[in-house]
Amino acid sequence: MNSSEQAVYNDSVVRQFSIMAVVWGVVGMLMGVIIASQLAWPELNFGIPWLSYGRLRPLHTNAVIFAFGGCALFATSYYVVQRTCSTTLFMPKLAAFTFWGWQLVILAAAISLPLGFTQGKEYAELEWPIDILIAVVWVSYAIVFFGTVGTRKVKHIYVANWFYGAFIIAVALLHIVNSAAMPAGMMKSYSAYAGAQDAMVQWWYGHNAVGFFLTAGFLGMMYYFIPKQAGRPVYSYRLSIVHFWALIFTYMWAGPHHLHYTALPDWTQSVGMVFSLVLLAPSWGGMINGIMTLSGAWHKLRDDPILRFLIVSLSFYGMSTFEGPMMAIKTVNALSHYTDWTVGHVHSGALGWVGLVSMGSIYYLIPKLFGRKEMFSVKAIEVHFWLATIGIVLYIAAMWIAGVMQGLMWRAINADGTLTYTFVESVKATYPFYVIRVMGGLLYLSGMIIMLWNVVKTAMGGQTVTVAIPAPAHA
Amino acid sequence: MDILYLLIPLSVLLVLFILGGLWWAIHRGQFDSVEQEGERILRND
Repeated sequence: MNSSEQAVYNDSVVRQFSIMAVVWGVVGMLMGVIIASQLAWPELNFGIPWLSYGRLRPLHTNAVIFAFGGCALFATSYYVVQRTCSTTLFMPKLAAFTFWGWQLVILAAAISLPLGFTQGKEYAELEWPIDILIAVVWVSYAIVFFGTVGTRKVKHIYVANWFYGAFIIAVALLHIVNSAAMPAGMMKSYSAYAGAQDAMVQWWYGHNAVGFFLTAGFLGMMYYFIPKQAGRPVYSYRLSIVHFWALIFTYMWAGPHHLHYTALPDWTQSVGMVFSLVLLAPSWGGMINGIMTLSGAWHKLRDDPILRFLIVSLSFYGMSTFEGPMMAIKTVNALSHYTDWTVGHVHSGALGWVGLVSMGSIYYLIPKLFGRKEMFSVKAIEVHFWLATIGIVLYIAAMWIAGVMQGLMWRAINADGTLTYTFVESVKATYPFYVIRVMGGLLYLSGMIIMLWNVVKTAMGGQTVTVAIPAPAHA
Repeated sequence: MDILYLLIPLSVLLVLFILGGLWWAIHRGQFDSVEQEGERILRND
């Protein structure tokens, strides 16, 4: 480094990922509203294969998890690792490659899924050439992230980086093992595993993706942006360390709870249930730690909508990490499995925890990245917050009722041992709740559109700034 | 369930790897003065 020029943070890749997170958020949530409407009104499939529910559903899940959530994780992890390590990104060209590579993955998914190219593995549908591109981008991400941690100017590695690091390593491992396949053409392949074996690998991958992609990564966000926005250190730094190690030691074997009462050996199902129950402890420890960061500063919630996004996200995290272990209990699962209760549970985590914490963090980032004091419209953040919260409540309440109702109808039997209800009767009974879900989704989507408008206005009214790296503060 | 012969050793390896990380963190003094570390991020930007 030339002594006459000062070292600066590499924020251009953070800016790119932040903007795209919001754009993909709108796209992915729009897909969600479309498929929710198709469930209520099947005519909306229009008889066109590319628009059919079966093809758009994986497009929705991939867009919200990997495009929206993924871009938010890239943006925040690149921002946080530089700030907390007092250094710039390691290998900036490779960091730029992760942005373009990841956008290419998303584009390939958006084209190949509606065309019907799929491996048929839930949350890992993409065909093998795209899987290879994901692996390449992910290894580059790991090099940039861990390279930055390795060249840090402060001795201590802040807890958020531990969470981000675990997320990056675990996702690489999960993706490579689960995606192992034998190609049989450019866009066709056969999984390396078959039958119940494949189901086990799939849910080992699937639930750990929830644990490391949708939980650990976003906890990294939580441990940086809540203290920053609240202007207070995390409630107990010691507890945050215990939270991290306890969570990563216990997560790996929760997956079999997706396969209760299947061909999976009974003891494996029980292992999955026990590990899921154990997870309640570290999850709630972390949730309480985040919320208590506001202790003595609760009044800030009254007029800071960004902080409200972040804190309410934690309450949804607490709710779904309680609900999850309960649903993993085999007797409860006998009622909930295959019903819309599961869909409600996923969305209380996805819309409530992952969505709100990402939105709060991006609202914190955007003004800083574009040299503004605050977002173009703080009022619009407030409106977004209420639209999103009411949308989530409508969504999950409708799915709870629908799910429990379906479970009870399916298991009801007459005195002579015959089923009380035909399947289609339960479908008919679910209709009003599907309509309520569409309304909840519409509210959530409209909040996201307001966010996109607000972000564009803020970016256009500001300018890209380069921030000099300050000398590390000594502890 | 042959798949368990892959997944269980993989988990054991992972736990050893995590233990290695914990050991490294403890012996490199990552947890020596933790309560101040929480405040440091507020002082710098």
